[in-house]
Amino acid sequence: MADVKMHILVCGGTGCMSSQSDKIVDSFHRCLKEQGLEEEVKVLTTGCFGFCEQGPIVKVAPDNTFYVKVTPEDAEEIVAEHVIKGRKVERLLFVDPETAEHVADSKHMEFYKKQMRVALRNCGFIDPENLGEYVARDGYLALAQVLESMTPQEVVDTVKKSGLRGRGGGGFPTGLKWEFASKYQDDQKYVICNADEGDPGAFMDRSILEGDPHSVVEAMAICGYAIGASKGMVYIRAEYPLAVSRLRKAIEDAREAGLLGDNILGSGFSFDIELRYGAGAFVCGEETALIRSLEGERGEPTSKPPFPAEKGFWGKPSNVNNVETFANIPVIFLKGADWFASIGTEKSKGTKVFALAGKVNNVGLVEVPMGTTLREVVFDIGGGIRGGKKFKAVQTGGPSGGCLTEKHLDTPIDFDNLIAAGSMMGSGGMIVLDEDNCMPSVAKFYLGFTVEESCGKCTPCRVGNKRMYELLDKITSGRGTEADLKLLRDLAATIKDTSLCGLGQTAPNPVLSTLDNFRDEYEAHVKERRCPSGSCKKLISFEILADKCKGCTLCARVCPAGAISGKVREPHVIDPEKCVKCGACKDACKFGAIIKK
Amino acid sequence: MAKIGSLEELRKLKDQVRNATELREKGHDIEKLIQVKVSMATCGIASGARETLADFMRLTREKGIENVVFTQTGCMGYCHSEPTVEVTKPGEEPVVFGNVKGERVREIVEKYILKGELVADIIPSAYRTINE
Repeated sequence: MADVKMHILVCGGTGCMSSQSDKIVDSFHRCLKEQGLEEEVKVLTTGCFGFCEQGPIVKVAPDNTFYVKVTPEDAEEIVAEHVIKGRKVERLLFVDPETAEHVADSKHMEFYKKQMRVALRNCGFIDPENLGEYVARDGYLALAQVLESMTPQEVVDTVKKSGLRGRGGGGFPTGLKWEFASKYQDDQKYVICNADEGDPGAFMDRSILEGDPHSVVEAMAICGYAIGASKGMVYIRAEYPLAVSRLRKAIEDAREAGLLGDNILGSGFSFDIELRYGAGAFVCGEETALIRSLEGERGEPTSKPPFPAEKGFWGKPSNVNNVETFANIPVIFLKGADWFASIGTEKSKGTKVFALAGKVNNVGLVEVPMGTTLREVVFDIGGGIRGGKKFKAVQTGGPSGGCLTEKHLDTPIDFDNLIAAGSMMGSGGMIVLDEDNCMPSVAKFYLGFTVEESCGKCTPCRVGNKRMYELLDKITSGRGTEADLKLLRDLAATIKDTSLCGLGQTAPNPVLSTLDNFRDEYEAHVKERRCPSGSCKKLISFEILADKCKGCTLCARVCPAGAISGKVREPHVIDPEKCVKCGACKDACKFGAIIKK
Repeated sequence: MAKIGSLEELRKLKDQVRNATELREKGHDIEKLIQVKVSMATCGIASGARETLADFMRLTREKGIENVVFTQTGCMGYCHSEPTVEVTKPGEEPVVFGNVKGERVREIVEKYILKGELVADIIPSAYRTINE
């Protein structure tokens, strides 16, 4: 067999898949076959590279060439030029927006320079469906070493020492959680992986499961050994078909290789994993609701205590961790707790994956050491605000979080600093907002989500959030009063104090944080009936300036509502009764004659 | 995949599969490795560059040389001496060898790559590339 000279890595994450990356793989196979190169060049489907903005991404090793926005048709040129003649296909290289130069290597891209990939270490590097590739990257070595030479207590102590905190949102120390679960004795205990990623805009757990499923399988087995559990359950969203199929294959392959099942690696320890599908309810991210759903009941939370560590799945001691938390575990054992604890800030160790989205140039999945500032994430990695607009805020923590503004840009990101700034880490969704976003509307959007997702068990959450939503609707449609702002605050405080679970307790956060940081916007809405960012349709109107209008009729032709009338070469007028405020006329006008008020 | 029964067996398996991802690992720190660039334009290929590359890979593997990475490049312009090969050791200036095939491959591997001795038929190069 000929030596393999080159690897072509094609991103097989959900984002790139939806842009036909599977066809790119087929196309490469076909072109290589035509050239008789199929033995010399290996084509692999990997997990997410993170730079989703520029997808589909194709990386060529060993020269580390990073191609962006590749189409199935481009495969032929890459094979003919790069593979055969060694010439990089310049038109497919990333263009640095600052210098306008082509960048061939991901190492020299601003997007990657400040990142540190720990949880995502294998994403975009290995073929997630190949156990051998995971083993080649020290896969299952942590588990094997743990089983051979450590006691369960030593495992718990190592995780405690590393300072790892739960990545699902709460930030509870993982080692401590494991210790609690290890203390309770019973005939059966469970390790549960929360793969029910529910925050709007967050997709790090999905990407880890798609790109490196074995890391989660290995970590769950380590956890099982530490707390004395022989069964693992993964609660995964049924809406993540790719993650489900890759995880299922990983579990089957691990079982076949004897890395799951009875007497793993001759240690006497037995552990196996089952999948359970969730229908994608936000409340099931709460561990007690998740456990109810696992049992086949309605996904409703129960009061704590008893904590799952004492009475969890089927009333047995259970430990629930999130996907990203688990993905960090094998590295802690391979590189040591001290190594892990050396990354990050005083109380938040390691790295955090963020799903960067919204009005930012480089949308994607980024992993940075804790303590990186928001400015570095948004402006250096994210490449700044789209279209040169002005930065307004970053929403973190999803519907449970809040907004961070200009004044927080230089705050090092970690669990405690974000809470102090009135937001939270959450699972790592980071939505960038610019000057065009109306903050009361943003709050209304998130509240709309929680109202929809509330399970309805407790009154403050079921009724209170609905009332808050109605108040926000009133404000954004120009009917709000100053008294409503006070009412919002009172309601928020009551809901926070009296809701049963995390969903209700945190639901008012987006409202409170926008009220604190953007009080002037709320006041403009209620006092002046004005939306400063010009996005609340009920508060804006379009007008044609008669002295600038040339009567070209373009606006009348693009208006979908037939609201514009006028004779040719004479100034036109907009009928406010018919206008739907879509702004199509303003975009179309070549003379700047249409203004938004 | 066969059952893995112990830590020892896992280590053995890792040694077997290590080369699966090696090429990619090398790409991460390419400047710390000895880079062998084989000129693969039409004229290079016609004069046997593909066989040269295959010989290089086989020989370095036989000799257990691990800190070397092979890449292909386009026409270097030395059509009179194809196949041409450029070898860059970390921190050193690149050296371009001409007419590299057959025994010349062994000579370059044994003398230059392993011992740092220069061999005959080096093409003096004074060009710079955009990567520098």
